[in-house]
Amino acid sequence: MSDAATATAIPGQKPVPHFGSASYGKIGMWIFLITDGLGFAGLLIALAVLRAGATQWPPNPEADRLGIPFTAVMTFVLICSSVTMVLALAAAQDGNRKQLLAWLGATVAGGLFFLCGQVFEYRHLMHEGMTLAADHFAGTFFVITSYHGLHVLTGVIYLAVMLALSVRRPLGPAHINLLEIAGLFWHFVDLVWILVFTFVYLIPNPATGGVR
Amino acid sequence: MNESHGLAHDEHDPIHPAPTGFLRKYVFSEDHKVIAKQFIWLGLSFLLVGGTMAMMIRWQLANPGVPFPLIGRVVFSKSGGLISPAAYTSLFTMHGTIMIFWAITPIMIGGFGNFCIPLLIGARDMVFPKLNMFSFWMMFLATVILVVSFFVPMGAGAAGWTAYPTISTQMGTPGWGQTLWVVAIYFAGGSSIMGAVNYITTVIVLRAPGMGYFKMPLTVWGLWLTAILNALFIPVLAAGMLLLFLDRTFGTHFFVNGMAIKGGGDPILYQHLFWIFGHPEVYILILPVWGVVSDLTSFFARKPAFGYRVTALAMVAVCVLSAVVYGHHMYATGMSPLLGQGFMVLTMIISVPATVLFFNWLATLWRGKLQLKVPMLFTLGVVFVFGLGGLTGLYLADIPQDLYLHDTYFVVGHFHLTMAAAVFLGSFASIYFWFPKMFGRQMNPLLGKLHFVFSFIPLNLVFCGMLEVGFGGMQRRLYDPNVYGTFKHLLPVNRFISYSAFTLFFGQLFFVVNFFHSVFAGKRAEQNPWGVGTLEWANTTSPPPHHNYDVVPQVVNGPHEFNHPDVKDKDWLGQAEPLPDGADEKAASE
Repeated sequence: MSDAATATAIPGQKPVPHFGSASYGKIGMWIFLITDGLGFAGLLIALAVLRAGATQWPPNPEADRLGIPFTAVMTFVLICSSVTMVLALAAAQDGNRKQLLAWLGATVAGGLFFLCGQVFEYRHLMHEGMTLAADHFAGTFFVITSYHGLHVLTGVIYLAVMLALSVRRPLGPAHINLLEIAGLFWHFVDLVWILVFTFVYLIPNPATGGVR
Repeated sequence: MNESHGLAHDEHDPIHPAPTGFLRKYVFSEDHKVIAKQFIWLGLSFLLVGGTMAMMIRWQLANPGVPFPLIGRVVFSKSGGLISPAAYTSLFTMHGTIMIFWAITPIMIGGFGNFCIPLLIGARDMVFPKLNMFSFWMMFLATVILVVSFFVPMGAGAAGWTAYPTISTQMGTPGWGQTLWVVAIYFAGGSSIMGAVNYITTVIVLRAPGMGYFKMPLTVWGLWLTAILNALFIPVLAAGMLLLFLDRTFGTHFFVNGMAIKGGGDPILYQHLFWIFGHPEVYILILPVWGVVSDLTSFFARKPAFGYRVTALAMVAVCVLSAVVYGHHMYATGMSPLLGQGFMVLTMIISVPATVLFFNWLATLWRGKLQLKVPMLFTLGVVFVFGLGGLTGLYLADIPQDLYLHDTYFVVGHFHLTMAAAVFLGSFASIYFWFPKMFGRQMNPLLGKLHFVFSFIPLNLVFCGMLEVGFGGMQRRLYDPNVYGTFKHLLPVNRFISYSAFTLFFGQLFFVVNFFHSVFAGKRAEQNPWGVGTLEWANTTSPPPHHNYDVVPQVVNGPHEFNHPDVKDKDWLGQAEPLPDGADEKAASE
């Protein structure tokens, strides 16, 4: 949750010269996102180093059970939920509460769909013997995707709270500000997923030639 | 968000209302001044714990095989007061961890970061007061985990403060102690990130009207850059800790390799993740002190700081360079000579801005009217030990020398001089300087001066002694160097270091007595006992009210306006104090 002080204080905030009309909370969220992005960077560095040091990737090709088409659908839904977030914010700016609730609800649903897909995927993979400690391919896969999944879960809870608040609160600048900050976090989670999807699932192994 | 709204907020209303209940006022407080004190109490308590551990280490090196006196029988009850090799390993691990993450970090960053940033930029509080409170309680949680780790079977973490695998995996350090160490570091990092996001945003958005970036006191510059480094690099450490945690508990092999391990990982990977954070971390620890020293040299030389902008920009340069030199910690890992050479050159380049800082301090002092008050003594101490420690860094940056000196006591002496001795003296300079503002009371100057003498002299003897035994080849982390024939002759030097260390430890009693006496019964402090122009001294009472400033000051001057020719009645000029009537016109016409 963003800080309560931001919500109430927004009429009293002075514009910050370097950041146009950005609110305090928004600047804070941007800084947090840089921090969070570097957390993912740390894990992706680990993936890069382990992959570069392995004689073949995945170390055990039989154990690679990742289904790219299935995850592509999850990715598509997650990207769509970013679009609905934008529409929700636009509806709030128009003062249209009904549309705001609908689009925000759709965003939460998109996030939930993604989480369910991830649970389904994990169950399937573990059933096939691809577990956390199997090899580095599985290890980095589970660590990075679950770290991202935790962010999706946080985002879903965050947006659900925003949804509940949007039922009654007046759609003034303070509330729009909160929605925008929540949206920033959600877009970040989507953007990171595109990187994760690329690095973990898509990049083929030059040594074996084929698609991974 | 128009002008009138902005001004309305500037009148008497605080960012959050003053709390009434005891819990909200002193325990779960959102007031940055109270949170600062909480962090300082935490930091000082752990400074004592970490210091006691250092004494145990020194005791073992001076008198190997002799039971530790006084508390030895209680702490090492199983071995009858004797420090066992396992306990020794645990001691130096926890000494490093506690001093870095539980003493320096809470005192300088948690404590003075919280206290100084809003006050010195003319803000009513941090921009996110609740987040600030969570930051402290996250640190408290980390502290509880750390303390618990001492009492689990097989004892606390024992893999060194760097926790390199494979020694930090279940193979090297079995048991819960090291796992809890990892978790505690993770939460402490979380606390630091919360603080960092808050500090950075506060400096960006809550500077008083007129307080441009180049009008901020250098203390704020130091703390702000520290926060930026924290925000950027702690997450990378967190990634390393997460993987280490999984290696220890879930049977993954990210960091271990060997014949018996199928598809083994890469221990060097951990070192990369650790030092990407770890090298900026040494600047995280020293930057607040650099800032404080840059201000205090000016305040007590009664002269404007020499090259104010250059000092600020040199600190920025250090921050940028700190991100690209971490490889110099890993020369001995067999890295490619080309890569090593790159890191060597970059590391040596970093000494350029550091030297700029150092010479700016000297130029500030040059021909100043030095007032040798207690904070100034400690400040001069920092200038000395940092200069000395910085020079020893050049030896270690150089690959051929480092291959000989790597993991010897020379390294221990080097980093203690730069980041332990300098930060130790700098923390006390800050405490003595801001104590009147913090508690509204004065500390006893005589006890303060005795504290300085008994800190500064033994400190240098201890760490210069370490440089010497290190140059003699003695490795760090040895339980008993005397079992090696080559190091036997170093025993007298080791004894000398230890006895100096004991003097240093007991010299702190002057501070403990002074601090507790002054908190409760010190003489009431006036508003501006040092006669300086920064906002917290010139524009508000000691201690400041809950909302810091009755009226948010309009800043017109830089922080170091001393002996201005147009100011007749005093030798300083407040940051929010316009020049006397007519002075501006006179200056313009000349």
